[in-house]
Amino acid sequence: MPEIKTIGVAGSGTMGAGIAIVAARAGFRTVAFDASQDALDRARRQTESFFAKSVERKKLSAEQVKTILSNLSSTTKLEGLAACDIVIEAVYEDLEVKRALLGKLNAVCPDHTIFASNTSTLSIAEIASGSGRDDRVVGMHFCLPAQLMKLIEVSTGLNTSDQTFQTAWKFCLAMGQTPVKTKDHPGFILNYFIVPFNNDAIRMVEAGIAEPADIDTAIKKALGYPMGPLELIDWVGLDTQLKLCEAFYKMTYDPRAACPPLVRRMVAAGHLGRKTGRGFYKYDRDGMFGG
Amino acid sequence: MAHTIVDTGGSRSFPGPHALLRSAGPGGDVLVLIGTGAGMALAAVEKHESLKAVLIELGTECLGVHTGERRGGEGSNVLGFARFRLGDGPPSDLVELVRQPGTKPESIAAAKTAFESAGLHVAVCMDTPGRIVDRLVRPYYNGALRKLDEGLATADDLDTTLRLGLGYPEGPIALLERTGLAHHHDVTKALHDALADPGFAPARRAQVAKRRQKA
Repeated sequence: MPEIKTIGVAGSGTMGAGIAIVAARAGFRTVAFDASQDALDRARRQTESFFAKSVERKKLSAEQVKTILSNLSSTTKLEGLAACDIVIEAVYEDLEVKRALLGKLNAVCPDHTIFASNTSTLSIAEIASGSGRDDRVVGMHFCLPAQLMKLIEVSTGLNTSDQTFQTAWKFCLAMGQTPVKTKDHPGFILNYFIVPFNNDAIRMVEAGIAEPADIDTAIKKALGYPMGPLELIDWVGLDTQLKLCEAFYKMTYDPRAACPPLVRRMVAAGHLGRKTGRGFYKYDRDGMFGG
Repeated sequence: MAHTIVDTGGSRSFPGPHALLRSAGPGGDVLVLIGTGAGMALAAVEKHESLKAVLIELGTECLGVHTGERRGGEGSNVLGFARFRLGDGPPSDLVELVRQPGTKPESIAAAKTAFESAGLHVAVCMDTPGRIVDRLVRPYYNGALRKLDEGLATADDLDTTLRLGLGYPEGPIALLERTGLAHHHDVTKALHDALADPGFAPARRAQVAKRRQKA
């Protein structure tokens, strides 16, 4: 079984930057790849400020952070990932984009390199198809925000080898994360349950059964959930919910996964949630002021 | 005294001592009917129209069963309520307060005050099967039971994923085991009968638990 020493993270958005933090913090040499230097610079700034807070909160010493940051490099060239034992892709959630990336990576990386996909909804078998090494492609779905959340859903495609799965599993543990084994199944576990659940809550608003604040209160007080479904959607973004529904419905044809018409109306009206100051609630900066 | 309790026995919302019961007294302007016969008791209350609010504890039925309905214009000083409770678990601090289109705003306000003064949280909803919480969680629980059968993950991994990924205090499988799968069966079966939505059809494991309870 190949030993994992060097990690590549392809895609330096919010998710990719968080994954790179997890890997580097666990002591792995970590290379972040993004075609955009701006994206890499932004991720570096966010990473440095995240670790500064870790020092402030006495979770890490300044000395430890120095070592971690020296382990974390970046590149705008795919060839920069040539020395990686595993590359975790966290690029745009689109099957063709991910397939194209893995196809190019296949020409760059040595035979033993494992390709892990951080997809939250797409099929691992479909992403692996055409990569030239579909026995060495595995699903590793981190949760947002990756640098704080322990869970990783690990899943295998139809052609993923047992050795690839075992190596990925041990790597999750070596990063100090909590892996769970699941199947190559639409939405794996988390999104399989949360996308229709959130849609049901949206339909409840749409049908005039209850106000968003009443629904969120009910769920939080009855079940002890940290957030109500509509607060959660505002935080994730209505535009993201729309994309999730579209990806999900296309794979499952589950009517509960179909995008509720209210979501499309809200996206069209610019009510995207927290980021635009209005979604199911109105926001004044970060504070919530009404429902 | 702000509210008066009429206890018809067997209340799921208030099975034991509670601040709402302790603070009640005779002659209140909010009348709270609790127990399995709460809806039936409404007819026996004299001049209930003159009270600020009459609150009927509901089971899985709609409030309209007790008040009657009138072309979408129904609504008065009579509201329904239930404290959310899973099976044999203790009642939660959530009260779902059921209104109709024409329910008087002052009756809703009086009902909220009565419950909130007793330390409960109130969510208002229209008169619909499953109210808020059951309507949202029963398809999720049925889905978790089905996916356990299909081997999506082990029971422990399903629970761990939903706890760690979404911050839920308990995973669905452990929660249903703790509070009773047979009770889940009864609630989701009533919703399936009312709404015919396949998400509410009792999952196989819930059906098995129900059969074993009868045996």
